[in-house]
Amino acid sequence: MATTRRASAKPNASKEELLAYYRDMLLIRRFEEKAGQLYGMGLIGGFCHLYIGQEAVVVGLEAATKEGDQRVTSYRDHGHMLACGMDPKGVMAELTGREGGYSRGKGGSMHMFSSEKKFYGGHGIVGAQVPIGAGLAFANWYRGNDNVSFAYFGDGAANQGQVYETFNIASLWKLPCVFVIENNQYAMGTSMKRASSTPALFTRGEAFGIPGEAVDGMDVLAVKAAAEKAIGHCRAGEGPYILEMNTYRYRGHSMSDPAKYRTREEVQKMREERDPIDHVRDMLVAGELATEDELKAVDRDIKAVVNEAAQFAQDSPEPAEAELWTDVYA
Amino acid sequence: MATQILMPALSPTMEEGTLSKWLVKEGDTVTSGQILAEIETDKATMEFEAVDEGTVGKILVPEGSEGIKVNTPIAVLLGEGEDASAAESAAAAPAPAAEKAEEAPKPEAPIAAQPAAAVAEPVAQEPDVPEGTTFKTQTMREALRDAMAEEMRRDGDVFLMGEEVGEYQGAYKISQGLLDEFGPKRVIDTPITEHGFTGIAVGAAFAGLRPIVEFMTFNFALQAIDHIINSAAKTLYMSGGQMGCPIVFRGPNGAAARVAAQHSHDFAALYANIPGLRVVMPYTAADAKGLLKSAIRDANPVIFLENEILYGRSFEVPELDDFTIPFGKAKIARPGKDVTIVSFGIGMNYALQAAEELAKEGVEAEVIDLRTLRPMDTATVIASVRKTNRCVTVEEGFPQGSIGNYVSATIMQEAFDYLDAPVINCAGKDVPMPYAANLEKLALVTTAEVIAAVKSVTYR
Repeated sequence: MATTRRASAKPNASKEELLAYYRDMLLIRRFEEKAGQLYGMGLIGGFCHLYIGQEAVVVGLEAATKEGDQRVTSYRDHGHMLACGMDPKGVMAELTGREGGYSRGKGGSMHMFSSEKKFYGGHGIVGAQVPIGAGLAFANWYRGNDNVSFAYFGDGAANQGQVYETFNIASLWKLPCVFVIENNQYAMGTSMKRASSTPALFTRGEAFGIPGEAVDGMDVLAVKAAAEKAIGHCRAGEGPYILEMNTYRYRGHSMSDPAKYRTREEVQKMREERDPIDHVRDMLVAGELATEDELKAVDRDIKAVVNEAAQFAQDSPEPAEAELWTDVYA
Repeated sequence: MATQILMPALSPTMEEGTLSKWLVKEGDTVTSGQILAEIETDKATMEFEAVDEGTVGKILVPEGSEGIKVNTPIAVLLGEGEDASAAESAAAAPAPAAEKAEEAPKPEAPIAAQPAAAVAEPVAQEPDVPEGTTFKTQTMREALRDAMAEEMRRDGDVFLMGEEVGEYQGAYKISQGLLDEFGPKRVIDTPITEHGFTGIAVGAAFAGLRPIVEFMTFNFALQAIDHIINSAAKTLYMSGGQMGCPIVFRGPNGAAARVAAQHSHDFAALYANIPGLRVVMPYTAADAKGLLKSAIRDANPVIFLENEILYGRSFEVPELDDFTIPFGKAKIARPGKDVTIVSFGIGMNYALQAAEELAKEGVEAEVIDLRTLRPMDTATVIASVRKTNRCVTVEEGFPQGSIGNYVSATIMQEAFDYLDAPVINCAGKDVPMPYAANLEKLALVTTAEVIAAVKSVTYR
């Protein structure tokens, strides 16, 4: 895990910037809490993997991207979609399997896409998004633009063979791809210790000549700073870069996970001491950049957005039966 | 003792070749390992080394000779102390090895025995070309290359990637010349990592490019099948139509010759099982060209199954500026009234041979080439069966869950009352492909089996 946070350091960010992070992370947190609720009510079915605890990773990275950059991730994808600007209503309605969802109800939690926001899924097969992310980077290289793609994957996927096939090719062809390893310490119920022969995942690219670094994934400013460095490397045509984001998921692997593989205390300690949203909130308050009232207003706004999404997701009709047969072929 | 040097087989499917150049002359002393000649196969020009030491007594086949059959004596090597008269007698003597070759199982699969520049297939019926079109004789290999080159000229987003497609000019020489014309950015050599490069190609297709992925053989695509099925075939549906995957996966499929179980698998039925994929398996060079061009333009992932044995076969290909064949249209390769034989890909070889033999006995078989397996033109099959009342299917793949099974079920549902006999499926045997020549022959479907099946359904 990352080292203890430098609590009193003066934030190296403007009020606007910090407020934006606060807002974006809070949206993910509240959205996921609501999704958990709707799941409990039977409105969301199947698999549902919540991003709670990991918000700083995707928000910090997205803050460093520019128009045209692409992203692709695993099945724990709600946060990535919200962070890249996809509509919470469309995401939530997909979770409930309704016509108003991003995939018109045919993809579900793990399979959503947005051509407009350059979000390429949402993949249900562990590690499969990694070469796909490199393929998006390949398209940038082929077209000669300076966009970068982000391939997010977890500590579990980091042991998949195709990840290393991809590292080799991405380095060989100098593809502009940032490999973001979201190390939340547990691959489903298997801790890093029990699954990885070496703990430092950011060094996994060394054999292929890919630079990597470990980042405190609970600190949005640290994430953004690391992302800028990685992106600069890629845009300069230097090839791929690995960022290992040390982070933590508070909830189970999926909704049906009893989480017997870790103690309640471990989770509680992380929530109290390392929460990424509290961290930004503290910076805003301690630095006298925002008042409690301002932050409460943000909280209210977010709550309204999430409630609206939840309402939409319940009001939107199920897809028409004819939808069964559409979109098999273009 | 003088020994004969025989024309070597330099690939699993080589039957004959061109002796392009002698690097030794009569009277030269050669040592073991010395290069004697350059021999051109249908795939490449290869150097041919001496096995024994000796003196070149006589060159029996001059350089530049084409169509020299494997195991033909091409020179005589003299041992120590032997003179030219020994060479004469050795040359005159029947070549024991060559003689043996007549009886021995050929290195090719039974149906491979078509020289590279064989007489072209007769054009039975070309429904896809306008009247008055002229044709040229082309190998399957050339037709496939031309299809890719034409589409790459037409659309800058089309590129080819795979193992040995560039500098090596293709493991089976399908991509010959493409690197020269299109450069390394569009003809991309990959490391031998099917899972990785297939995923990368799929990602590039998601981003709107149009990759052609060459698998050196479809056997190796099993390493990448997760990306073919889970990533490429399903994304359009999972995204509610937002994001598709315009990509072609192509390469040789099915049995070649004597390459055993892991290199001889026909995947037609397996891929045809997957919604979201299009599956094409052409038999003629013309169909291969027209269908590959359509595949490259298609907005969906296309599995394009070629056949190593057919690569060197010549067919008549229409001379049209832009010849495409739509998917889902079967072709009546040979009209008939007594029985319908349904096949595709290399299975057509058995089907047509059987039809030829049966015609001599007065049975007129209608032979249908499905050409595309998904979508499948079952309407043409049903219409034919309603006329003939009998059907036999032919394929090299495994029998359980085969294309023939699907065709039979469709006939049963849509033309049951028209059937005068149960449909018979001729397929590969239900075993992994053996290596031994005799067993391999037994494992594959045969023309005799097709003939027997037709006789059974026609009660003869």
